[in-house]
Amino acid sequence: MMPASSGQACSTCLPIGSDGDLAYVRQQVRQYAAQLGFGLVQQTKLVTAASELARNTLVHGGGGRAEITPLDHGGARGLRMRFIDEGPGIRDLDLAMTDGYTSGGGLGLGLSGAKRLVQEFAVDTAPGRGTTVTALAWVTPVPPSRTRV
Amino acid sequence: MSQPLPGQAQVPVLALGDTLLVSLQGELHDGMAEQLQHDISSRIATSRVTGVVLDISGVEIVDSFLGRVLAEIASTARLLAARTVLAGMRPAVAITLVELGLTLHGLTTALDVDRALELLSPEEK
Repeated sequence: MMPASSGQACSTCLPIGSDGDLAYVRQQVRQYAAQLGFGLVQQTKLVTAASELARNTLVHGGGGRAEITPLDHGGARGLRMRFIDEGPGIRDLDLAMTDGYTSGGGLGLGLSGAKRLVQEFAVDTAPGRGTTVTALAWVTPVPPSRTRV
Repeated sequence: MSQPLPGQAQVPVLALGDTLLVSLQGELHDGMAEQLQHDISSRIATSRVTGVVLDISGVEIVDSFLGRVLAEIASTARLLAARTVLAGMRPAVAITLVELGLTLHGLTTALDVDRALELLSPEEK
């Protein structure tokens, strides 16, 4: 067991086994993002990224789970999303991250596109060991208003 | 295990003269999107439909899967001699799609359903 780091609420763990589960993951990410104070565009980007990554877990990983964790680091709020499967893993990550490359008949925008929609992105994978994708975004702080000229 | 979702079972497809008006709302499961693609194609093939308006003003996110389905509906309709207009995309969705890398070029767009219907019936002017 890892000790819980400070400023980290417990995560929500969601199963990914059907397209109905993808819809539920999107709903949950939307709810967390709204609660954390993400703006509408950022919410939309997060939900879209979650949808791409959860679909990868389902289609390429043969199903798995999503972990959604709200973060609070010294007042900076963020949302961490992890998508975990025990599928075949990704043989060539650089290739998989290339726009337009697909192994599953899609558009090849899932990984590369999702990466562009968040601020931090990491893929942990090896052939036969499954894949964990971590995506993280921080609520953009509103710049302080200038009261003096 | 699937979670129960609030929502609808099907996407309504309305016929307005020779135009199909399809209003997508809220959460769209992958299976529903594929079913819709099939429904629209058979409606075009079996009736006098010459235009399709895909109203996505009620759609909160378009990911690469739904984007591909929308583009494929338009391509299929074109092969069946009908034109498609994608109407009502929310600004946040447009921004996200561009960043995702899915610009859907080749798809005719309109800001709302009224303008989409105008685009499809120029002869009435």
